[in-house]
Amino acid sequence: MEEFQVIDHCLMVKLPKEVDHHQAGYYCKKADTFLFQPEVNHVVFDFEDTEFMDSSGIGIIMGRYKKIAPLGGKVYAINVGKQVKRILDLSGMSKLVEVL
Amino acid sequence: MSGKMENEMELMFDAVSYNEGLARVAVAAFVSNLNPTLEELADVKTAVSEAVTNAIIHGYGNVEGYAGKGRPVQQPADGKKPGKVRMLCKLERGVLKVLIEDRGKGIVNVGKAMEPLFTTRPDLERSGMGFAFMEAFMDDLQVESAPGVGTIVRMQKKMTNDPWIEDAR
Repeated sequence: MEEFQVIDHCLMVKLPKEVDHHQAGYYCKKADTFLFQPEVNHVVFDFEDTEFMDSSGIGIIMGRYKKIAPLGGKVYAINVGKQVKRILDLSGMSKLVEVL
Repeated sequence: MSGKMENEMELMFDAVSYNEGLARVAVAAFVSNLNPTLEELADVKTAVSEAVTNAIIHGYGNVEGYAGKGRPVQQPADGKKPGKVRMLCKLERGVLKVLIEDRGKGIVNVGKAMEPLFTTRPDLERSGMGFAFMEAFMDDLQVESAPGVGTIVRMQKKMTNDPWIEDAR
């Protein structure tokens, strides 16, 4: 699967194996190029390949949330593993983002 | 062999974003003798990742990371040296002690910096959760910093599966 795909009004972002500061900037910038396209209403972060995430990942999700939520968009996290789930819970992101 | 296992590792690396992964792998390998649980391993890696990232971004101001597929990893601007991060790991009586030191710009107000969601760089889309995660995932966290001198983060965590504790009984 491509890293970025628009499917059914959702921007699908396939995150890498390790989501850290090294990777975060690229995903933030690239996601934003899709975010304001009229056919994009929601964002889905796919953690299928992700084995590690630190607070940089929270920055990626929170930043996209702030941009899309005022437009009525939702943010989802899918295929969330244990380590990522703990980070989402601890940071309070689980309240803003629908974890499926 | 009886009693406790002691071990020490010191690592010095360039303060650039691709070394965040290096620091995580190194600390994970260092504690692997203790048969840590997956959760303990994740905790230690996350805490180290946060401290090292802070040193790189805030200590030395090396904010750039990976620039995308097929593009070179970005180096600090105007050919300046990235600076060094020192990581010292110790195992003593089943307790992992990690020290992460930079000689960067230091923190003016450590108390403020440690508040959840506080960040000096909102422009970077940082979450401000770094110190909160270090605190949550380790048993103890001490931060020592002086503006213009640098920052030392000391963390420790009891590793519950230490086989040497069993042996000593």
